[in-house]
Amino acid sequence: MITVALSHKFPTIELDIAFSAPTPGTTVLFGASGSGKSTALAAIAGLFRTDRVHVSLNEEVLADTGHGVFMPPEQRRIGTVFQDGRLFPHLDVLGNLKYGAKRAQAGGTAHITLPDVVQMLGLEPYLAHRPHTLSGGEKQRVALGRALLSQPRLLLLDEPLTNIDEARRAEIIPYLLNLRRNHALPMVYVTHSMREVSVLADHVVMIGNGFVEASGSLSEVSANPRLAIALRDEAGVVLRMRIIDHDSFRRLTRVQAGPLSLDVPLQAGRNGMVRVKIPAREIILARSQPSAISINNGISGRVRAMHEELDSNIALVQVAVGDNVLLARVTRNAIGRLGLETGAAVIALIKSSSIEVLPGEG
Amino acid sequence: MTELLSPDEWQALVLTLEVAARAVGFGLPLAICAAMVLARGDFPGRFVLNTLVQLPLALPSVVVGWLLLLVFGLRGPAGAFLYENFGIRLVFTSTGASLACATMSFPLMVRTLRVTLEAIDPGLIQAAQSLGAGRMDRLFSIVLPMALPGVLVAAIVGFAACLGEFGAVITFAANIPGETQTLPLAVYSALQSPDGEVAAARLSVISLVLAGTGLIGAELVARRFREHIGR
Repeated sequence: MITVALSHKFPTIELDIAFSAPTPGTTVLFGASGSGKSTALAAIAGLFRTDRVHVSLNEEVLADTGHGVFMPPEQRRIGTVFQDGRLFPHLDVLGNLKYGAKRAQAGGTAHITLPDVVQMLGLEPYLAHRPHTLSGGEKQRVALGRALLSQPRLLLLDEPLTNIDEARRAEIIPYLLNLRRNHALPMVYVTHSMREVSVLADHVVMIGNGFVEASGSLSEVSANPRLAIALRDEAGVVLRMRIIDHDSFRRLTRVQAGPLSLDVPLQAGRNGMVRVKIPAREIILARSQPSAISINNGISGRVRAMHEELDSNIALVQVAVGDNVLLARVTRNAIGRLGLETGAAVIALIKSSSIEVLPGEG
Repeated sequence: MTELLSPDEWQALVLTLEVAARAVGFGLPLAICAAMVLARGDFPGRFVLNTLVQLPLALPSVVVGWLLLLVFGLRGPAGAFLYENFGIRLVFTSTGASLACATMSFPLMVRTLRVTLEAIDPGLIQAAQSLGAGRMDRLFSIVLPMALPGVLVAAIVGFAACLGEFGAVITFAANIPGETQTLPLAVYSALQSPDGEVAAARLSVISLVLAGTGLIGAELVARRFREHIGR
């Protein structure tokens, strides 16, 4: 468990951020630029001293201004991957990787060796290269390897993909997914990309204007109407679901989470848990099961809550299906027409082709 | 080389190099410390320290020499202490000439070093810190290696300044051939004698070659390093 509480007064913004998140697991701090995410990360690392701060990791207090506790960053065993890489220009790639390894202290969550890192991140061809000759994506891979080799018990990533072009991003994400799967290394990841949240997060802390707006599991927060409003067309619930069956004839795969089961585009060759994103704008609500319809998925549920956007004709409806919550984006007019109210039985119609199965394992 | 220069000229050249090397050898580490303290930002006394360090740059060098006499002369506080306890005499010795040179070149070295140190991205220091490097570790693994070109340039600039120092040396260490008579002092002495014009010209050419070599060397070192780290 990682617990963070901090407040700080900047000339332009006042931060008051508090959250806790399970470890191991990936916690994503999500929010617009300048909302205080990176400051929170720097406070966890100890690289920035906020006016008031309390940070604890697995019951160990790393900083507590109330009791004058401040563990220096070099003793925290918290690795950081910075937005700009921050590779040492006077060392080659191997020298950079070894810098972290030489100073590693015992007791990291999972011991990671130099050959592991070189192999996992595909760094073999660059070992003798100088940082300035590397592309943005290569730099970040080296920065990630360097941080891992310091044997951290927590890895912080500050928008590591922001300075990398779109094509190269897809190159880094598998490494991060691999890290989550094969090493039980807790991570705190800062981003303003909902895509990265959906793919990487186990726990999401939504930060806006210096405050925590929502904190919870990915499926919980992705069903949060406030987040959905901010995300507009990108809004949608992300659920962890189990692959049940591949139907190669119909080119569909059946996935399930509790009583909720869905047909999604064929995921040939994949098994076990996956992450499924159901865009809010793609859900149609009905009061009864329509008969002749092209849609594969007609899910029975109950209206859990409704949230109407101010100054717009859009409403967000949470539909509970067992323990899972779907989020539908419909017009206010539709709510009136269907006579929807909290607790009402409703059918959520979802086109299989609109459901996105995210890369990696659930 | 020995046929090219007369024994006296040879002696002045070697002495000059010795005096300058010693001055830089002692002055540079101190200059690095001063530059690091000054580059670290605000602290009480920073203004005073900065002024003190820069003072020799603004003062006439004769005045610096005289102040050194007051402090390090046999009756000065530091000079008396050194002489009585260790038998070290600085006035009228080549060590004294080095002290005078070091004092005069100190602000130049500090300036060069400060520019270099302040150009180091604090983000890199933070990165080193997050990788587990403590203060001294960061100094030796990041700060000094990255400042290396600046340190070399500071050494060369300081050395070159020592080669040309006149006022402070002649005031504090006097003009003793073979002991404190460095090249500039030798040129001065030659000009004082009735037919020393040729000797003065020869010594001046030696100075010119030395200075030129030093400055070109500094430029090459700096350029080489910039290529090395890709800036």
